[in-house]
Amino acid sequence: MTEHAQLKIWRGVDRAAGRWERYEVPFEPGQSVLDGLRWIRANRDPSLAIRFSCINANACKECMIELDGKTVYACTARLEPREMMLAPLANKPLLRDLVTEIAPPAERLS
Amino acid sequence: MANPLHTSTDVLVIGAGGAGMYAAIDAARQGARVLLIDRSLIGRGGATVMAQMTVAVALGAQTPDHWSHHYADTLAAGRGLCAEPLARLLCEEGPDCIREMDAWGIGWARRDGRIVQAQAPGHDRPRCVYVDFLNTGPAVSKTLRTVVNRTAGIRKAGDLAVVDLIVADGEVTGAAALHLVTGAAVTIAAKATVLATGGLTRLYRRNSASANMGGDGYALALRAGATLVDMEFVQFFPIGHLAPRLIGMDPIMWDPFRYKLGGRLLNGNKEEFTSRYGSDESGKYVLTRDLATYAIIKEVDAGRSSPHGGAYLSFEHCSAAALRAAFGPVIDRLAKNDIDLTRMPVEVAPIAHYHMGGITADARMATNVPGLYAAGEAVGGANGANRLSGNAITEALVFGRRAGRSAAEWAAGIAAQPFRPEVARASLDLIAADGGGAGPNTAEMITKLQATMADEVGPLRDAARLRRALARIEELTVALGERPFGAPTAFDLRRLEWFDLRNMLLVAGAVAATALARQESRGAHQREDFPETEASWRVNQIVHWRDSELALVRNPAAVEMAAQ
Ligand SMILES: Cc1cc2nc3c(=O)[nH]c(=O)nc-3n(C[C@H](O)[C@H](O)[C@H](O)COP(=O)(O)OP(=O)(O)OC[C@H]3O[C@@H](n4cnc5c(N)ncnc54)[C@H](O)[C@@H]3O)c2cc1C
Ligand code: FES
Repeated sequence: MTEHAQLKIWRGVDRAAGRWERYEVPFEPGQSVLDGLRWIRANRDPSLAIRFSCINANACKECMIELDGKTVYACTARLEPREMMLAPLANKPLLRDLVTEIAPPAERLS
Repeated sequence: MANPLHTSTDVLVIGAGGAGMYAAIDAARQGARVLLIDRSLIGRGGATVMAQMTVAVALGAQTPDHWSHHYADTLAAGRGLCAEPLARLLCEEGPDCIREMDAWGIGWARRDGRIVQAQAPGHDRPRCVYVDFLNTGPAVSKTLRTVVNRTAGIRKAGDLAVVDLIVADGEVTGAAALHLVTGAAVTIAAKATVLATGGLTRLYRRNSASANMGGDGYALALRAGATLVDMEFVQFFPIGHLAPRLIGMDPIMWDPFRYKLGGRLLNGNKEEFTSRYGSDESGKYVLTRDLATYAIIKEVDAGRSSPHGGAYLSFEHCSAAALRAAFGPVIDRLAKNDIDLTRMPVEVAPIAHYHMGGITADARMATNVPGLYAAGEAVGGANGANRLSGNAITEALVFGRRAGRSAAEWAAGIAAQPFRPEVARASLDLIAADGGGAGPNTAEMITKLQATMADEVGPLRDAARLRRALARIEELTVALGERPFGAPTAFDLRRLEWFDLRNMLLVAGAVAATALARQESRGAHQREDFPETEASWRVNQIVHWRDSELALVRNPAAVEMAAQ
């Protein structure tokens, strides 16, 4: 029997008007949380906004989110066969779902 | 979103990897006002920051060397197809860029005060510089980013995905981009534009790519009237990590391990096999990438694969001390992934890694369209049918510097911005379009395209598979439609993927079409139905975009084409 990870993901564009959505993701030992999020987009819901570039190399540092209240890189945090709560970084401006504005101010369009 | 944002600059650099950042620095040094943009963060989105290994350059720090030896090795690896002026530029100016990076404090590994140069396959002597431990790319990126930040005249903006170049009267006059943060359309007027958008390996299921390496620059160039060359030559990295699942590390990280410690490549029966394919490694690491890829795929086809469909790579003959001495903290990262190399092999398989083909440019990095320059992996031709390891970062630095200079010179000769808003209209309308509905699942479509490219346009090819790929690409193109779905909004990944697919499908078509046309085997292009290398095919294929169709032209004069 396949094990599953239960991902409870914060969705929305306004911190005051968000909602939690649940997704069941097939789980394989060794996978990352980002693997799970990408699986959701390709197989369940492409409207889920996430941010990442390097996927595996832990080089771009774009995939920071909060997992059970702690800041992690989604690409290095392990997916686990349990309920996991995923939310956008609390200390950055929210763009959508798990995506926040992380570019240094001097590197933004102005 | 009624009034699109607009800005202007002398030189616009699209893509902030090694090539783009060096281009920005050199253009600014010539006195140009520069705007450096990226669809990701500055210096983080592409291959440069992910590279872990080495940079090939005839410094002669370790053993006497001269650029002409590096050049001879590069041409030999390219199997008769290198654009010689580009290969020459890479080899001749490499040392200068590497020394400049040294002066900027990159920290090339040194022994007794001298820069260390390692041996790598295909090079006739130790020629590859690096930054320990597996830190070459991050160090290149960080160094250039620091210099970009302190160079007057460079503005930067991330989260800007360029959707089209703006061509007026046959000249590139700037670009139209999707601002990811807001979903707004942005126009940029530029006197000269440098495409430094990197490669296309995201087209394949198993790849070493970032999400930004879907070949945007090739599509942008084609639609602007520029040509592409050698698109059939995609380099597969033979020993990409396959299993067990490894996170937080670049999947091509095994190469330096193998190189420093002589890892053994074994089939599913734990037998050595590379000697069956014309190479006896006998403990040494001499197999070039195209041959190693071929050997592994053939072994898998013969039913002798490792459990996950690749080959074993074993370091079980090495002591824990030897492994730690060679790889320091990397051993701990492996341990976190439950990998103990002294006790178990890992599984590896070929993965898409680099693109030899790309935008046609001369030795000034000028394309055939006035005002448009190219740099880095986006440029085709320097490496012919196969690239030597270490040449790609050198290429990014050297071509970037040259493109920045050429673009600044071109811009200096232009008094008023040639950009005209009405010419950008169609692109702006597309970026702002509301095609209604949710549309197809774009993430799933990308997965399908990647599967098609891997299964039908991989390292081993034949006519039937390539035709199937072209048909599939056509189907996906129809499914994508003419306009993105839904209204523009903040950080809409689906919308970005729609624009990605618009480019990826065009570029995938160019790879498959050139691969189908080339009825021979050479370097990274292996046709099972045409297994021999044919003298008559010592030609480069040039791809044009005419009346919304791909057109191929054979150009026997590879050498002259790139000459000035
Ligand atoms: C994992 C890995 C390891 C490697 N290791 C080595 C090595 O050891 N030695 C070596 O020589 N080579 C290596 N290579 C190859 C080498 O890293 C690349 O060829 C080289 O870094 C390319 O540099 P670049 O500046 O041309 O492109 P990149 O560094 O890829 O930068 C391109 C930039 O363009 C941006 N971009 C793309 N499209 C758009 C758009 N539409 N709008 C705006 N921006 C856009 C991207 O976000 C990206 O930041 C490696 C490659 C990979 C993937
Ligand atoms: S995706 Fe690049 S660091 Fe996580």
